[in-house]
This record gives sequence, C-alpha cells and structure tokens, in this order.
Amino acid sequence: MVSPILELTDINKSFGHVQANKNINLKINKGTIHGIIGENGAGKSTLMSIVFGLYQANSGSIKINGKEINLSSPRDSIINGIGMVHQHFMLVENFTVLENIILGFEGETVFGEKLQKAKEDLEKLCKTYNFNIDLDATISDLSVGFRQRVEILKSLYRGAEILILDEPTGVLTPQEVDELFKILRSLKDEGKTIVLITHKLIEIMDLTCEVSVMRQGEMVGHTKTEDTSKEQLAEMMVGRSVLLRVDKKEIKKGETIFKVNNLSVKDDLDVTRVKDVNLEICSGEILGIAGVTGNGQTELLEALSGIRKVESGSIELFGEKISDQNNFLNPRMLKEKGLAHVPEDRQRMGLISDFKAHENLIFGYHDQEPYSKSAILNNKEITEYSNKVMQEYDVRPNSPNLITSNFSGGNQQKIILSRELNENPKVLLVGQPTRGVDIGAIEFIHQRLIDMRDKGAAILLASVELDEILSLSDRIIVMFDGKIVGEKENKNVTDRELGLLMAGVA
Amino acid sequence: MSNIVVDKSKVPWWVSNVIVPLVNLTLALLVSGLFVFIAGENPIEAVKLIIYGSFGYIQGFAYTLYYTTNFIFTGLAFAVAFHCRLFNIGGEGQAYIGGLGVFLVAINLSFLPVPIVWLLAIFGAFLFGAAWAYIPAYLQSKRGSHVVITTIMFNFIASSLMIFLLVDVIRDTNQMAPHTVKLPEEIWLPSFEAFSGILGIKIRYSPLNLTFLLAIASLFFVWFLVWKTKWGYEMRAVGHNTQAAIYAGISPHKNIIIAMCISGGLAGLLGVNEILGVSHKIQAGFPAGYGFTGIAVALMGRNHPIGILPAAFLFGILYQGGSEVTFEMPNITRYMFVAVQGLIILFSGALENLFRPQIESFFVRRLNREVNA
Repeated sequence: MVSPILELTDINKSFGHVQANKNINLKINKGTIHGIIGENGAGKSTLMSIVFGLYQANSGSIKINGKEINLSSPRDSIINGIGMVHQHFMLVENFTVLENIILGFEGETVFGEKLQKAKEDLEKLCKTYNFNIDLDATISDLSVGFRQRVEILKSLYRGAEILILDEPTGVLTPQEVDELFKILRSLKDEGKTIVLITHKLIEIMDLTCEVSVMRQGEMVGHTKTEDTSKEQLAEMMVGRSVLLRVDKKEIKKGETIFKVNNLSVKDDLDVTRVKDVNLEICSGEILGIAGVTGNGQTELLEALSGIRKVESGSIELFGEKISDQNNFLNPRMLKEKGLAHVPEDRQRMGLISDFKAHENLIFGYHDQEPYSKSAILNNKEITEYSNKVMQEYDVRPNSPNLITSNFSGGNQQKIILSRELNENPKVLLVGQPTRGVDIGAIEFIHQRLIDMRDKGAAILLASVELDEILSLSDRIIVMFDGKIVGEKENKNVTDRELGLLMAGVA
Repeated sequence: MSNIVVDKSKVPWWVSNVIVPLVNLTLALLVSGLFVFIAGENPIEAVKLIIYGSFGYIQGFAYTLYYTTNFIFTGLAFAVAFHCRLFNIGGEGQAYIGGLGVFLVAINLSFLPVPIVWLLAIFGAFLFGAAWAYIPAYLQSKRGSHVVITTIMFNFIASSLMIFLLVDVIRDTNQMAPHTVKLPEEIWLPSFEAFSGILGIKIRYSPLNLTFLLAIASLFFVWFLVWKTKWGYEMRAVGHNTQAAIYAGISPHKNIIIAMCISGGLAGLLGVNEILGVSHKIQAGFPAGYGFTGIAVALMGRNHPIGILPAAFLFGILYQGGSEVTFEMPNITRYMFVAVQGLIILFSGALENLFRPQIESFFVRRLNREVNA
C-alpha cells in the first residue's frame, strides 16, 4: 500500500455565500499523475489554490507525508515542496529564463557565485527531464509551450515534489501537448507527483493514473483511470449523460453568400496579421478555421465583422462589396444586412460586464424597434424579450436585472449567442464559442450552431479547440502566420494532420 | 492583510449607496471637528452654527439653496461625462464661458418677450459651455490628448480669455472694474424675495432665484438621458468598454463628443444662476470654484442624480453654514472650510473603499442571520 503524499480532509471554502468547496476529501499518492476533472466553476482551481496557499480553507486539514501542515501563503507551500503552474503564466517577459527562475530566490545581492551555481543546477535539471531550454533566452522570444516549461522548471528548481498544473493545454498546439505529456511522464518516472486540473477528458484518459471528479464544489468520485471511460467520467462531471459528438444532418449547401478576396489586415501595432487570405462560405455550411491562438484569426474575424480596417483586398456579402482598403461598413450596418458576430473574447468585446443582463441582450440592437423608439428605450419590451430569450437559452439565473459579471462564463456566452442568433442572421461569424464554457453549455451551444446551419446560415467558426472544429465543420481551413496553409473537406481528417498544419510544419 | 471577499450581488443597494457614504461623511466631519478643536473653538458650537446658519432663518436657508443650485449643475456636469469614463475637470471654465453665452444672448435679445429671452439665454449658456467642452472632446477622441489635461488647461484659457474680454471688450466703460454693464431689470429672473412676499414672509434679499427649478429639471433630464435613452446607453457602453462598443457598432468618437458637450452645457448653466439670477452682469472670476467642488459633489453622489441632489445640498449647507461660523468664530477662517471640503472629498472620493468591504460584509452577515433565524 502506497502512503499518500498529499491528503486533504474535509476542506471547506466559501466566498461570500458561494460555497466553492464542500467537505472535500482527497488522497494523492506519491509518484502518480492524478487528474482532477470537472466543469468550469466546479471548484477545482479553488481547491488547488488552497493547496498552493493562495487561499485559506475555512475548515479542514492538509497533510503532507502524513504530517499536518499550515499553508498560509504560496511561500509555505513552496517550502513544503508544492509547486503550481498557473493557467496564465507568471513570468517577467523581458527577463531571461534564468532570471525568471531565480526571481525571489537570488540568494545574493551582487550576482556571482550563486548565479553560476543556479545555472549549473538548472542545466542538470533540464538534461534529466529533456527540457531543451536555453536558459539565456528572453521570455518574450519563447513560444507558449516553452514558457510553460519555464514555469515547470521554476517549480522543480524550488524543490517541488508535488506539481500542480491548472489547465495546462489550453494554449498549446497538439504537438506541444505531446511534448508536455512526455515531460510530465518523465517527471512521474523520477518519482515526482503531478496533479493535473483539466476539463478535457482525453487528457485524463491519456495521462493520468488516478482521477477525481468534482461537481458544484463537491468531490463526486475517485477512480483508477484504467477502470473508467470517457463516457462515464463525463456523466459524473455533469450528473447526466452527455453527447460527445454532435449529431449532424447531411449538408445542404446553397450558393456562395460570403466571399473574401486577397485580404490582408494589420493589427494595432501595424503588423500584418492576415496575409492574402481568400475564402468563400456557402449558405447551409460551417467553415471551420483551425489554428493556434495568435495566427491571425482574431484580426481576420475583426475585419470580416467591420471592426477592423482592411489593408488590401475586399470582402463581399451577397455579391455586394462591404469592405475594401478605402471604406468599410460598420458593424451596425452589417447587422442590418444580416451578418452577426459572436466575438472571441466575450469579456473584452462581446459584453459589458458592468451592464445588467437585459442591457447586454440588446447590445448592438438597442437602437432598433421595438427595443427603442425615437431614441427612448422601451423598458417593457426589453424586459419581456429578455425574459423570453433567457428562458429559451436556459440562462441561469433567469434574472434580466442581474449584473452580467455575476453570471458564469457559460451563461454569459449564452447571453451573447441568444442576442446574435435571435435575428436569424444569414452570415454568422463565431470565434471561440465555447472557451471557458462547461460541458453542458458546450453541448447546447454546438446544437444551436448546427440548427443555424440547417436553417441555411453561412457560418464561419474559428476555434482553437480541434475537437470543436472537427465535430462541427463541413469544411476546414488552417491558419498559420496569417496565411491559409491548408483546406480540407471534413471527411477522414485526423487531428494529427491538422496539428501539423497548425504548427506550420506541413 | 485582511482579505474580505463580499458577494456583491448579496449586498442590499441601501448599504452600498446610503450607509457607506454616510459613514464616510461622518468620519470626514469627525476629523473636521478635531481641526476645529485644535483651532481653539468648540466643535459642537460650530455644528450648531452651521445648522443655524443654513436652516435657522429663512434668508440663510435661501442662501443654502442658492449654493445648492450651482452644485447641482456642476455635479451633474461631471457625472454625465463620467458615465462615458471621461474626467471632465473643466467645469470651471465651461461655466465661465457659459456665463458669456447667457450675457451675450440676454443683452442682445432683450427686446424679445421676457420668457423667450430666458429660454434663449439658457440655451446660450448651454451652447457656450458645450462649445468650450467640444474642443477637449475632439482632441481626446481624434488625437488621444487626455481630457484631464486639456480640460484643466482650458480652465486657464477660459479665465484668460474672459479677463481679456472683461477688460478690453465688454467692460462697462463707465468704470474701471472688470465687469460688464447690468442687464435690463425686466429680464432678470425672479428671485426668492418676489415669491416670499406672496408667502407672507418678508426678507430683504436672497440670491435664490428661479434657476433652482432649472437645476431640479436638470436632475430629471440627466436621469432620463443616461438611463432611459439610447444615447445614454451608448455613452455608458463606450465608458465601460470601448472595445465592446466598437463591436456593437457604437462610435466612441461620437459619444465622447456628445457626453462632453452635454457635460459642458450643464456646467454652462451655472451662468444662468449667477448672471440672469444674481449679479446680472459678468464679473471676473464668478464661477469661484463651483466647477471644482462639483467633482466632489458628483463623486459623493455616486454620479447619480438621486445622489447628487443631497450631495449638492450638503455642500450648500457647508458653504452657507461655514460662512456663519467664520463670522462668529474668529479662530476659524474661510480656509478651514476649504479644508473641510477637502476632507469630505478625501473620505468619500479617494478613501471611498476604506470601510466598504467591512460594512458590506457586516450587513450581509446580519441580514443572513435574520433570514436563517
């Protein structure tokens, strides 16, 4: 019998009146990879933040190697051999790898001996685990995958025996994910313990030895990974069985209604991010854009939706030119022509988080009847409409007067979606529709998009989730470095194939 | 460090909007009391004098309301721009130029029927104030020059411009002081004395005049504009999240201009009170700091008309009661009351969140216990 390296007993934590963790018990065995899976808001991150000393539990105990410890700050955790790699990296961009790793642990006022020693130690660590990192590289020159490695290395250097990774694969290409998994396995082989927080079932099945499932702040199950299946885990996560693949009718392709010719677009820093892109979308079709974040998808969507100026080339809607380098129609005019846009970043663009839900439900349509008449808002109509769509889209809680930031990510996304789909657009541009959204809502959102397609809308879907692209799209294009590097009918395409394109290799 | 996390949706509105400001205000007054004590006077007596001075007799009360009128205009001016997240600290200059608008319209059109002169003069005040705010607004939206910098510079420009005009162009040439001739008496706004006669009270003089009703109407106007029209909606959208506004096809450029012009126009209305209501001529420096105090009024009133009214009234009391105190207590100077204002700004503006988490979590716990009991 292996003794647990980390043991949590009856952990409770609440924020105000939201109980994020209820009587959590968890045992993590030494030298294993332990997965913690659950929907967004299930309390996974809170629990691990308690273990890392970022939050303090209201009650309960934490034992490491059988000894009860008190963790009141991350420093305590580091001393006790716990390291955490956050979803958002905590690195100083203009420092080198080495400088970032020793930050806070310099040990000397003037760099000299100890720096040299640190460097040697780190080189040894890199070799042991095959990190392949240049310690003198500046962080801003490194890709996301490498930055993550720096974070892992930082934890190891500080003596971490238990390494917590919070949603580590969200920003990686499939190849980078493979590399990461290789590293994690070798860490395990060296006797380190890894805790992997994720909501992706595939990762759990691939990597972990044991898995714990959380739902609504409670621990709903522990099991050995080999004794379970994706379907079973998914059911435990949501509390009911879910459809993992979307049922899709045979495509009924209509005529081309949206056309992009030789489009180039610059970002705010005057860097060309979209390079000579051509594409066409027919009615009744979903065109998926695969690609790693930052390869021009954002700027492409912004240009297509009338937010960003076009550098060269043109965009046509129903054969009419809506945008070229000289002028472009603004989003409101495009809405009138039947083009709707679900933006990538709902916090930054799709919503005003300080507004009430009903105000966001009319956002962009606020000057149309019946919501307003001769510039005066019609509260009665707005409330009626809000109640109706919030019910239809199952937005919870169903209260139009609640401030939007109080809704969960999935419900915020439903607010945007209901607003954009309500007018039955002819062309729908969708960016990252399920980013940070829980499984129940993903299913719902996917179904809505398919419904729109079946009703004859032309849909452009940009997503960094390959699964999403593969299960929804009829046709797939891959963007890399602003260019379209591949186009495939979605028949027998593998994620491997797309992954190579996404990485710019093929 | 204590980290109190309060679930905002559970905090009753009256705790964050009434209790918290009151606590901050009380603290500011307590500290002020300490100052009075150190200056060698009795704080309790000072409070009595403030209350007597601002409420104790009808003329004093009329003065309080007259000050309140000015603070409502400048407070609203700041609030409207703030809903678009613009820090318009140029109320002072906009009020000054607004006064020019009132005067020019009134003196040139005084042959028209009186109510029409009033309406046009009000319009003139609004238009001139708005025009003065338009330039910083344009520079902000098109060139990115920060409105805080430009509006404060425009206060100085307004001041210099008005001095130039008052000395060289529109001065009453029968005398040497930098002010204009008086407007003809028949177009003066009726003052409170006129009404008080009807009510059977006789007072000698009060600066309170019909503009007070215009101020009350402005409160309604701003509330309606900001929360009930698509213009207010768009202004707030731009203020809260410019990126999202662009996404929704709302032009930040246009809304920055609109918000600033309405803001400047409201500040300009101060000129109606001062020139059409009280002095009937432009005097050098007539906005006398009301524009700046308006910022405190708006902050204290949480940029909402319902909050701005009591906040403006409070500052009216401080102005009027304060002058009573300085009259009766030789150790307390006018500047002491500037300090008191400063303390109120400090506690209700800068230190606004000092006690908020504690107070809110206290009430949330209390209320919860009641529910569970």
